[in-house]
Amino acid sequence: MKPDPKPVKAPSSATVQSARTTAIQIVFGFLAVMPLLALALDEPFYLTLFGRVMVYAIAALSLDLILGYGGMVSFGHAAFLGVGAYTVGILSFHGIESAFLQWPAALLFSALAAVLIGYVSLRTSGVYFIMITLAFAQMFFYFFTSLEVYGGDDGLTIWKLSSFGGLISLDDNLTLYYVIFTALGGCLYLSHRLVNSHFGRVLQGIKSNETRMRAIGYPTMRYKLLAFTISGTMCGLAGVLLANQSEFVAPSYLAWHRSGELIVMVLLGGMGTLFGPVMGAIAFMLLAHFLADLTIYWPVIFGPFLIAVVLFGRGGLHGLIGRMGGKGG
Amino acid sequence: MAEPLLRIDGLTKRFGGLIACDAVSLDIAPGEIHAVIGPNGAGKTTLVAQLGGALRPDEGSVVFEGRDITRATPEERSRRGIARSFQITSVFAGFSALDNVALAVQAHAGHSFRFWRSVAGDAELEDPALAALERIGLGDRAGDPAGDLSHGERRQLELAMALVTEPRLLLLDEPTAGMGREDSDRMIALLDALKGERTMLLVEHDMDAVFALADRITVMTYGKVIATDTPAAIRANEAVRAAYLGTDEVA
Repeated sequence: MKPDPKPVKAPSSATVQSARTTAIQIVFGFLAVMPLLALALDEPFYLTLFGRVMVYAIAALSLDLILGYGGMVSFGHAAFLGVGAYTVGILSFHGIESAFLQWPAALLFSALAAVLIGYVSLRTSGVYFIMITLAFAQMFFYFFTSLEVYGGDDGLTIWKLSSFGGLISLDDNLTLYYVIFTALGGCLYLSHRLVNSHFGRVLQGIKSNETRMRAIGYPTMRYKLLAFTISGTMCGLAGVLLANQSEFVAPSYLAWHRSGELIVMVLLGGMGTLFGPVMGAIAFMLLAHFLADLTIYWPVIFGPFLIAVVLFGRGGLHGLIGRMGGKGG
Repeated sequence: MAEPLLRIDGLTKRFGGLIACDAVSLDIAPGEIHAVIGPNGAGKTTLVAQLGGALRPDEGSVVFEGRDITRATPEERSRRGIARSFQITSVFAGFSALDNVALAVQAHAGHSFRFWRSVAGDAELEDPALAALERIGLGDRAGDPAGDLSHGERRQLELAMALVTEPRLLLLDEPTAGMGREDSDRMIALLDALKGERTMLLVEHDMDAVFALADRITVMTYGKVIATDTPAAIRANEAVRAAYLGTDEVA
């Protein structure tokens, strides 16, 4: 039997649960009124910063679906971010600006990329899975780097953002912010339903003991591949939003260290918790931003901090809040 | 004998130079409890692993209910009606006892590509799961995490997970391994209660269990079958005595 680490899920005491519910309300409440704060503080840049933070929160959430719930450590998740973003960029470059075409196309291509990568990678496990997902992401990275027409190394500026035909305009920063906000809320809710569904339980069973799952009759490969595809598609959505937010796409979106950052966000927040990685992404992005303001040597502080959280903060930020709630109540 | 439920023919598995399973042939009749015994390293677990689909045989065939399943995956075999318990206890430690069994019910209740409704509280899964837990005497532990159960209880839980899939053949790899006398007696009683209801292939070291339960016994040494017969005949078999049992153990 594989040693089965105790799930990060805490003792289901009411106080722990309510502490976590409160955390969700606080974070989403804060994100909802963030634009007002930005206005009050006369810092319009905060709108962009927090929009970006939420985009990465979606990406980290998507990774948590397979990493935290399925035990699949994808070290190439940035590939889907890139596929989603490049689909928007390339279509826009050719004058196809309608979001009703761009977005479904981007999700479709992300899903196809995930099926391709998953179909091959899921034949392996452990370190091999990590390496093969990384290798795929690097292939995508060099593929987009080699597309000279679309800017190659330098990337591609998006002159025309996704258009909703006059319904809403993403050119307006505030609108874009709330589109991302809604997308994050939607993805979180969808993921919540997913992990608590029949499918979600199968996924968690596979993470716990795949041999046993097969012995009781589950064709585990199919379930893993579908989970991987759902995750890749959700990450593709993050890419779509990132492209519109940055008005730019570049191969750096798919760089391997970006995939690594997504893993760190998941660990920092608490894997297998959904909301944890959202908090992880927020904490990661804000710390990196404000530490960088403080000193150019910010990685010297940031690195040890991350190591400390992963080493000592069992269950990441999510676990921390649960423990605080357990004590306080 | 009627048409066997499971027919094993010339099954051979090599690990490098070692022949762990050497042209093993045996039939399991519907309804019987068939015990496989033999000293450590006789190839019993290798045999069960090939029947469960975890290992691919190098030669020979396995036919279940008239269909060749030699190359079938573990999940296909489970769907055809072969359930397996593991020599080393294998449960989902983070799940409650009830969820462990419910997951086994779910595996045989159509596909699980259901993404929206909550699985917790699904009576179609939890009712049969709870019934199975009660039958094996774990009803009051249903809500406890499987990781918190005692060794004996976990083995019982494994049995419940196998039973709930309504298997036509149960492969049990040392169901009493590592148990104290009390737990082991309870397990034997549980299996005895299933006699006639389920066909079982049982690998076991505990001779009390074997002689109490088995309709027929197959003796293996060094990967080979040296005898298959009724318990009484096995007791009396000189070759078996010489190879394995030792006079005092059979007495």
